[in-house]
Amino acid sequence: MTATEKKQLMATACKVRMGVIEGTHGAKAGHPGGSLSAADLFTYLYFKELNIDPQVPKWEERDRFVLSKGHTAPGLYAALANRGFFPVEDLPTLRHIDSYLQGHPNMNTVPGVDMSTGSLGQGISAACGMALAAKHQGKACRVYTLLGDGEIQEGQVWEAMMFAHHYKLDNLCAVIDNNGLQIDGRIDDVMSPYPITDKLRAFGWNVVEIDGHNFDQMETAFAQARGTKGVPTAIVMKTLKGKGVSYMEGQAGWHGKAPNDEEYNIAMDELRAQLAEVEAM
Amino acid sequence: MADVKKIATRDSYGAALAALGAEHEDLIVFDADLAGATKTGTFRKAFPQRHFNCGIAEGNMIAVAAGAASMGLVPFASSFAMFAAGRAFEQVRNSIGYPHLNVKIGATHGGISVGEDGASHQCCEDFALMRSIPGMVVMAPADDVEAKAAVKAAYEHQGPVYLRFGRLAVPVFHDEASFKFEIGKGEVLQDGSDVAIIANGLLVNEAIEAGKALKEAGISARVINLCTIKPLDEELVLKAAKECGKVITCEEHSVIGGLGEAVCALLSEKCPTPVRRIGVNDEFGHSGPAAALLKQFGLSAEHIVEVAKDFCGK
Repeated sequence: MTATEKKQLMATACKVRMGVIEGTHGAKAGHPGGSLSAADLFTYLYFKELNIDPQVPKWEERDRFVLSKGHTAPGLYAALANRGFFPVEDLPTLRHIDSYLQGHPNMNTVPGVDMSTGSLGQGISAACGMALAAKHQGKACRVYTLLGDGEIQEGQVWEAMMFAHHYKLDNLCAVIDNNGLQIDGRIDDVMSPYPITDKLRAFGWNVVEIDGHNFDQMETAFAQARGTKGVPTAIVMKTLKGKGVSYMEGQAGWHGKAPNDEEYNIAMDELRAQLAEVEAM
Repeated sequence: MADVKKIATRDSYGAALAALGAEHEDLIVFDADLAGATKTGTFRKAFPQRHFNCGIAEGNMIAVAAGAASMGLVPFASSFAMFAAGRAFEQVRNSIGYPHLNVKIGATHGGISVGEDGASHQCCEDFALMRSIPGMVVMAPADDVEAKAAVKAAYEHQGPVYLRFGRLAVPVFHDEASFKFEIGKGEVLQDGSDVAIIANGLLVNEAIEAGKALKEAGISARVINLCTIKPLDEELVLKAAKECGKVITCEEHSVIGGLGEAVCALLSEKCPTPVRRIGVNDEFGHSGPAAALLKQFGLSAEHIVEVAKDFCGK
């Protein structure tokens, strides 16, 4: 990745984070914490990794992305809007009555959304179905899914993990956002899913561990995933919940709470400053 | 009656899948370690590359099928009714129903005629569960001919469909050559004006037998087969209610939430009519031979006759 490319991604990530704040503030609800921890991933996927066309959201040969941790729709919507699937100006209508930006992703109303999700543990199964179908149809497209580290407490996730390995879905890449927090607190206090990587390896997956806020590591990991044949790849990324907004960072309380007007201004000022810093690089 | 052919509708399902599979490359089948019992094994034998076993993981299977449907394939996902509609209800609701994906759920072993396995496997709640999901078509075919036609219609229908099949071999009463099937359309099997008997699944044959017996007893019963529980054939039900003035519903399902309540809901709003519901009366089944259980739970021609006579004051 060139320095310019990386700078662009970093700038875009700031804008995606602003979109998360715009969305959740506009909604007076929603899930900023996990949207911000995954903002760099959303940015990398939609601006670098995925083979997609915002002008033709339903293009048949496109790569698919399933947001298994559907509650972080504000992050996905911000990335889709910045990528040109729909106007960025619409983000504050998130969760409003009659808005197409439903609280959780709806594939029939939001351009660019490949699967309706929200009930945890089901998205990865749908992604498995897509990857299996793509192989069956001889399509070259790849399928990506993002799970929360709390989400993997759902038993269905492990049914899907078994399935993906059994059917050798090497066109599937599952990313786990290991921000360490869920609604009720630290994941290892609520119901520890650790050791995550050992479990995934035991299920036969190729596993890569990265810093989820480092684009160089993402580039290497996704290249490795593309080059891995015969088994699916899981990327376990360490992240900071609430990343980019000082008072949200590392706070479980910001899992599903919207910023008020004052908090909105602080967050936007911080993100604008980060963007200016990136642009001055 | 000795030479009446008997076929379990699960067998019809497997045969229909194999026949449709030969015509349609996009038809794929998922099963959850029950291919021998659900009879998707018949399809697997013909098209092994289009049959995917998901192991004993029904929730995953349903959402996998949703993902495959989003790619343009037409998946039939199968398990016993208890697990397809019951265990995986939420996956059906959120991953198939909400996005309105083109998945067909082929659920076998519906009702108490599962028999010896007992209550844990005798699903009498699937109509209630499935019909509560917006946009879901719910069907319970009565015999081999209708079951095969329903599978074909389900394939041709755009959107989610729930099909319920039985384990028990049941008489084939439809004439294959002349039979026409349409989702959402019922059929009058015997005309009558004293009471309308509306049935689905294996109770249709019992209703036919009851209709004949009632005729001999001087009661003119209109026997109706309502394979599609949702969308309900409102026109046919309302006409029957208006012309007969009394309605009896018969289903191998709880009296709560199934065909009986669907008919009652329609009639109470559009044509208040006295109704008697024959079904499983808010209780669990138990182990036993299917025929004995059906008799014991009142899911028989004899019981329909009793209810009809009482209803008609005879």
